[in-house]
This record gives sequence, C-alpha cells and structure tokens, in this order.
Amino acid sequence: MADYAFISGVKARNEIGESKIIRRVLIGCAIAFLSAVLLFPLVIVFTEGLRKGITFFLNGFTDPDTLAAVRLTLLVAAIAVPFNIVFGVAASWAVTKFNFKGKNLLLTLIDLPFSISPVISGLVYVLLFGAQGWLGPWLRAHHIEIIFAVPGIVLATVFVTFPFVARELIPLMQAQGTAEEEAALTLGASGWHTFFNVTLPNIKWALLYGVLLCNARAMGEFGAVSVVSGHIRGLTDTMPLHIEILYNEYNFAAAFAVASLLAGLALITLILKSLLEWRYAEQLAASKRH
Amino acid sequence: MGLSSLFHVKAILQPSVMPGFGLTLGFVVTALSLVVLLPLAALMLKAFSIGPNAFWHIATDARVLAALRLSFGAAFIAALINAVFGLLVAWVLVRYDFPGKRVVDAVVDLPFALPTAVAGIALSAIYAPNGAIGSIAALFGLKVAYTPLGVVLALIFIGLPFVVRTVQPVLQEVESDIEEASALLGVSRLRTIFQIILPNIYPALLTGTALAFARGVGEYGSVIFIAGNIPMVSEIAPLLIVIKLEEFDYAGATVIATVMLLIAFVILFFINVLQSWQRKRFGNG
Repeated sequence: MADYAFISGVKARNEIGESKIIRRVLIGCAIAFLSAVLLFPLVIVFTEGLRKGITFFLNGFTDPDTLAAVRLTLLVAAIAVPFNIVFGVAASWAVTKFNFKGKNLLLTLIDLPFSISPVISGLVYVLLFGAQGWLGPWLRAHHIEIIFAVPGIVLATVFVTFPFVARELIPLMQAQGTAEEEAALTLGASGWHTFFNVTLPNIKWALLYGVLLCNARAMGEFGAVSVVSGHIRGLTDTMPLHIEILYNEYNFAAAFAVASLLAGLALITLILKSLLEWRYAEQLAASKRH
Repeated sequence: MGLSSLFHVKAILQPSVMPGFGLTLGFVVTALSLVVLLPLAALMLKAFSIGPNAFWHIATDARVLAALRLSFGAAFIAALINAVFGLLVAWVLVRYDFPGKRVVDAVVDLPFALPTAVAGIALSAIYAPNGAIGSIAALFGLKVAYTPLGVVLALIFIGLPFVVRTVQPVLQEVESDIEEASALLGVSRLRTIFQIILPNIYPALLTGTALAFARGVGEYGSVIFIAGNIPMVSEIAPLLIVIKLEEFDYAGATVIATVMLLIAFVILFFINVLQSWQRKRFGNG
C-alpha cells in the first residue's frame, strides 16, 4: 500500500495521468460523496444523542430497560463470538490442511448466510422452533423456549455471523500451506501442541481481524434478531432493537443516545481494523472483501 | 479418461500426516447442519407444503408484487449509483496521493461496522422533512424520507463498500506499462482510460455491483426507518415478511422469502460465473 502510494506519487509527476486540476476535482468529488453519504449519518448520531446535553445523555443509561438491552447484547456477543472463533478455526483447518471431496460445496455452504436476507435468517428459526413451527409442539411439551427468548436471539446471531472468521482465515492458511506444521509433527509435537505453537502464531492477526468484524455484526445485528426476539422490554431486547422501540415512541434523544454507544463501537472497530491493516498487512489475508 | 480411472475408487480424503481431520470436519459439518442447513430445510419444507397453486396465489398478490418490485428496483438503482461513485472512490484511493487518504480509505468500511438500525435512524433524521438535508429538499418540493427515494438512499449507504472493496485490488493490479505505451503512442488520456484501463476492471466492477445489489435486496434495518413503510408505495419485501409473521401468516412469509432466496441464488450464481471468468482472463480474484 505504502509502496504503491510512492509509485503513484512519482507517476503523478510524469506525463501520464490526469492533470493536477482533474485530479483535485476527482479527489474532491470522492471525498464530498463519502462525507455526504457515509460520514454525515455518523456525525448526526452523536449530535442528536448529545442534543439535550451530556447529563440527559448519561441519564439514558440509568434506565433499567436500556441497561438490560446492553447486558443482553453483551451476553449474545459473548456466546456468538467464541462459537464463531471455534467454528472458523476448525473450518479453516479442515479446508486448508486437507484435500477432500466436497470441499467446494463446504466452502459455498459456509458463505451461504452472507447471501441471505437477515429477515429470512430469523424467519427460518421461527418456522423451525416457533409455536406453529415444525418443532413447536414438541418444544412446548418439554417447556423449552427458543423463539421470543434468548436462545433464539443467540441462534439468529450465530447464523448471520457464521462466515466471518472462516473467510478471513481460509485464504491466509491456504497461502501458508502445511510445511511448518508437518515439520513440527515429524519432530514429535502433538497435534494440539502444533496448533497452539505453530499455526496460531501464524494466524493470530487475521483471527483478531475476523473476530473484530464478527463482534461488530453480532452486537449490531437487527433484522434477524428482530424476527425471533418478540421485543419484550427488559427481557429479549438487544441494543439495536431497543433503539427501534425508543425511536418508534418518539423518544429520539434516548434512541440516539443508545445509538451513539453502538456508533462508538463501530468507530473503535474501524480504527482497530485499520491499524491491523496498516501494521500487519502481509499477515492478513490477501483479499479484504466482506 | 481411461477405463481404469473410471473404476478406480478414489478416497474421499487424500492421505496426509496432518492430524484433526475427523475432529474439525465433524464439528464444522455438525454446526453447519444444525445452525444453517436444518433451519433452511424447514423453510423449503414449508414452501413445498403450501402447494403450487396457493404459492402462486400468494406470490402474485398485488401487495407482495409491489414490495418485491420496490426491493429489487431500489436495490438496482442504488447499485448503479454505487457502481459510478464506487469506481470513482476506488480510482482516487488507488491512483492519487492526498492528505488523509488512510482515513478516507477506512471510512469506506463504515457501513460494514455501523449497525444497520443506527444507520437507519440517522438517515431518517437527516432526510426527514425537518432534517438537515430533508428540509432543503423540501424547499424544492422534493420528498426524500417516507418515499421510494429514501429506500434508494439507504441502499446507497449500505452497498458502497461492496463496489469499492471489489474494484480496489483489481485496479491496483492493472499494469501501468500498458498505460505508458498507450500514452507514448499518442492516445488521449480519456481514451486510454475508457479503452484500456476500464475494460480490465469491468468484471470486478460488475461483481461488486452485483454484491451491492444482492445486499440491497435483503436489507432491512437501515431501510425501514427512512422508508415510512406505506403499503404498495414504500414497503420493502423483507418488511412484508416481518408483517406476515406478526400476523402469524407463516405461509405468506415463507412464499416471499422463497421468491427472494431463489432470485438471490440466481444472482449468486451470476457472480460466481463472473469471478471465474475474471480469474481465467486476468489471473486474479
């Protein structure tokens, strides 16, 4: 990245490339567009959240329903993210360290949740576990609550975040191959020992990168969770759902106060993500697509 | 292919000294089956249990058609706008050097990091008739929020990074020597861009635009606040699924979801074909 910036800096002085004026106009257009479309909404969240002053802003977080929403969001992320780490590492290990039939099908299936509307991701659980769902009567007979309860919210979150860690690790581990692990194994290291002392140090930054994105989505998921939650205040309301409730009650200041907390999380995610990209570019996967 | 290879029974797993195949693949397949495949099978089973006549009847209901038309139409327009501006942003980020470039590059990913509900209420606050931009638009008699235009705006927000992040790496790969050769041969800069650089990145641009489109079709959180959700006018398909579910009309919700999934898979297939074409032609992903 830095090298390329240098090269393009040199090229700019050459005969090839756009004139200085055109360059400035294009840069100006791009920045204006990004500011209007992306930055402005972010700024509005904070200004609206703080509109009634900092004390009102902070008071918003003493409301028991808001606190319950924050707690539930943290709980859901605390379950979904570790699951995603284990799944992502296991999937990348199986896919990149071995050659087996059906590998491409497995890769397609892992990516599947990305191409499904979040609302449909929630709907499938309602059809499976809901009162009129396939397993609904059985669950009711055994007094197990999944839909309109915390397990449903966790499941829907796991569904939408499924591919995050795996898709960061797979291209990287594919490029790294198996030579280092094979060396460790022939020297007598156990499988787990090899994983923790050879593989993990090689993939730690890409793993962290995937965890960051997974966590942002887990805490911010709205559509899928909204379908399975039932919106019971103080019980099955996550932060994004609580924002919707407050907003629909015309309690805009409180809605934006909760929203600015999530926007702050998004900013921290972006900053950490950029730091990882600048520092450890070569230790992350080659392609940075989401 | 000889007869011997036809009858050769190939092992499912090629031999390897690496441990943990059974453990990792077993866990992955189990988790995938329970969390993703079983619920999706429940949807398909439900869709089949409705029967073709009832399915067709629900799918061609005027309100359902209007919602599908809006979701796909708005996503298409937003994707086209993102194709233009996403290409511009990618071009500026790859080709030029300017102060604050790293910040601009990081900002592109904001829609990935910002929860959709937060984006939704922010966009709604900006474009509402009393909002910062909405009030200016109102002076010109233009209503943005609570109209299909608002839906398009939300989908532009959501889709932009897909185009930029797909085009950026490919644009970086375009060799500068063909540009130099073209310039030395006296071809104008504009013609060089349109006839030499852009054809190289068309597949990536199409892929990114298709990804933005696919995401836009299913988008919910960022849209429902600004859309106003007026039936037949500004009601998107994912919202209609939610409404049907709240009315305990599982069949209705299932039909809309199935139609959306079918079209989404066609788009996904199209993207895969594009990407393999791109790999064959340019040797990169």
